This record gives sequence, C-alpha cells and structure tokens, in this order.
Amino acid sequence: MATLRDIKRRINSVKSTAKITRAMKMVSAAKLRRAQERMFALRPYADKIGEVLSSLSQPVEQDVHPLLMPRPRKTVEVLILTSDKGLCGAFNSNVIKAGVNLINRLKSEGFEVSISTIGRKARDYFKRRGVEIREVWTGLSGKITYSSAQEVARNLMEHYMNETFDEVHLVYNEFKTVVAQKVVELKLLPIAPVEHETDKEMKDFLFEPSEEEVFNRLLPKSIEILVYRAMLESQASEEAARMTAMENATTNAEDMIDRLTLEYNKARQASITKELMDIVGGAEALKE
Amino acid sequence: MADKLTLDIVTPYGSVFSDEVDEVVAPGTEGEFGVLPGHVPFITTLNIGILTYKKGGSTGYVFVNSGYAEVSDDRVLILADSAEKAEDIDVERAKAAMKRAEERMKKQEEIDFARAQAALQRAVTRIEAAKKAGHGG
Repeated sequence: MATLRDIKRRINSVKSTAKITRAMKMVSAAKLRRAQERMFALRPYADKIGEVLSSLSQPVEQDVHPLLMPRPRKTVEVLILTSDKGLCGAFNSNVIKAGVNLINRLKSEGFEVSISTIGRKARDYFKRRGVEIREVWTGLSGKITYSSAQEVARNLMEHYMNETFDEVHLVYNEFKTVVAQKVVELKLLPIAPVEHETDKEMKDFLFEPSEEEVFNRLLPKSIEILVYRAMLESQASEEAARMTAMENATTNAEDMIDRLTLEYNKARQASITKELMDIVGGAEALKE
Repeated sequence: MADKLTLDIVTPYGSVFSDEVDEVVAPGTEGEFGVLPGHVPFITTLNIGILTYKKGGSTGYVFVNSGYAEVSDDRVLILADSAEKAEDIDVERAKAAMKRAEERMKKQEEIDFARAQAALQRAVTRIEAAKKAGHGG
C-alpha cells in the first residue's frame, strides 16, 4: 500500500515541522518579553536626558556644535536595521524595501548615498546586488547592549564630523504592538534643534566644567540613545514578527495534518473496501 | 526648605536607585562634590567613581560609570552609562575584567589602550566600591 505509507510519512513530517514552529514561537515570545522590558527600562533615562537638555539655557545657538549644524547635503548616509536570522515573515523585506525606496529617492534628487547595515539580512541583500556598503554590523541580534549602540553611534558621528556624509537616516521597524510593526525613517543627524519649553521657568544652573562642555557631552549621548532605541525597537519587532509568522506556520501545519489525516483515513477505508470486494468476489467465484 | 534630598540614579538599563537621602557625595569630572539639601541648581559631568550617600545613620555606596548629575529643588538626578549598588557588584566578574584589561594593556596596542585603561578603571572602582560596602573583599 504505497500511497497509505506516503501519506503517513507526510503526516509525520508535517507534525515535526509543527513541533519546531511551535517551539520557535515560544522562544520568540520569551525574547520579545525581554526586548520589551529593555525598551521600558530605557524610557526613564531617555526622558531624563531630554529633560536635562531642555533645562540647558536658551542661548544655545545652532552653530555651537557641529552635530547641530545642517550643512549643504552632498552625501547622505542610510542605515538599515534588519535581523541576522530569517523566518520572521515580512520583517526584513519590508524594511529593506523602505530603505531601497529612500535610497532611490535620494539618488533621484541628486545626492550621493552611502549605505550601512545592521544585521545579516540587509548585508546579504546589497551584497547580492553588488552594491557597495560602507559599514556592516552583524551578530547583534539578541545581544544588543548599550555599548554596541554606542559603537554604532560613534562611528556615525565620527564620519559625520569628517564629512564622509552630511546627513544620516535610520530605517527600522518600530514596535507598535505584537501584531503591528511599522517601518519608520528617522533623520538622526544633524540633530534637530532642541525644543525648549518656553513657559518653563529657567533656573540659573551652575555648570561644571562649563555649560558648553556639558552640552557637548550631552548631545552625542542623545544620539547614542536614539540609536540604542532604534535597535531595541527593531529587536522587539523582529521577535514579534517571528512570533506571528511561527504562529501562522503552526496553524497551517495543523490544518495540513487534519487534511492529510482525512485523506489517510479515506485511503485506508478504500483499501479495506477493495479487499472485502476481492474476498466477496472470490467467494462468489468459488460458488459457481 | 526640605531637609531631605531625593536621589535618582538612572541608566539605559533602568533605574538603579531612587530614594530619599540626607547627603550625597558624587565623583564629578572637576573633583568630588557634596550635595546637601538646599544646594543651588547645578549640572556637572561625572567620572567613573563611587557615589556615596548618607541616609539616617547608614552610608551607602553606588558605582557610577561616567555621565551627568543635575541638582535642583533638592533633587539629585544622576544619569550614568551604567551604575550598580555596591552590594550588587559581582566582584568575581570585576576581577576577571581587571585581569583582561591588564593583559590588553601589556600588549600595548595603541588603539585599544585607552579602552583597556577605562575598563581597568571601571573594574578597580567596582572592586573598591564592593570593599567599602564590606563584601567580596
């Protein structure tokens, strides 16, 4: 009974696939929770940095720090955040698509574009197409720390100061909810001027070593935070996307198992009926 | 004038400390500074070092790894790259980090030297903080 055995084999194979996808979904759920916790943990720090920045007195002119100063755009850096691993639905293709759109738009406006990537997926995409990549960071999936974000941010700021490029955009998945991630573009550099709450009473702060020094150290910090946040958002989105994808895969596998089981039973019944008919037919033949 | 200070220590990994205290001594880049209730508004950058606070009769120590301090309205806000309460410091890990940093410094690769030095300083300060809190000596 070859077909019976074939169906049985398929059922078993689909069953083991379902086992894997179910396990992956559970792993992703745990990782997602961790990523979310870290996003929440960052929030007070990010808020407070903003607070300190805005409590710095008003006369912070735009030319006080090169990171604040817009200059004629010639080269624009696009940093695309993807994951290292696949099996997470449209997570990577969405963000890459948005990145490529941005790159094409910038190119059609006559700018030079330099591309950097976080994650293996974006790197592979551009490599396959023979596009030159300025900088690649991989192996960060699931191991994002503040210092790894610092490294990325410092690299960007350094090249920005050297005028390798005159503007930096991040393209990443923003975590909305477990079922919804949104691709966003964020202009990282130059920094938009800090908005002061004008109605807030300005205190006379004493600065040590000097207001400028404090400001100069605070600005890069705020960039590091933005990069760190983008990386955490992307991480959480990745796990959420994988969770959804794996859940769908599990449901599909279960549907398939049901269908195959039905087919298997039908085939079994058919074979029994056929055997019976053979026996009855044989007995009839003997009678005569 | 309140006679207490609110001390908040926040890092990218979350809040480390938040409580009312009587007095704070923090490692500023221009030297250690003490804060008592009624201090003038004040912002400074911080070094790697040990922050000391007094509450009631007891003294607490917190390791802080550079950042900022803002003092205003009897509130001390510390924004640090990382921070750990002395009693939470993993001394074994700090010691291992110290060894690693020393080895790297011996190799004398110029690029990594500054980083290794900073790592060494962090490790030594951590161990010191742990000692002050009386554990892991």
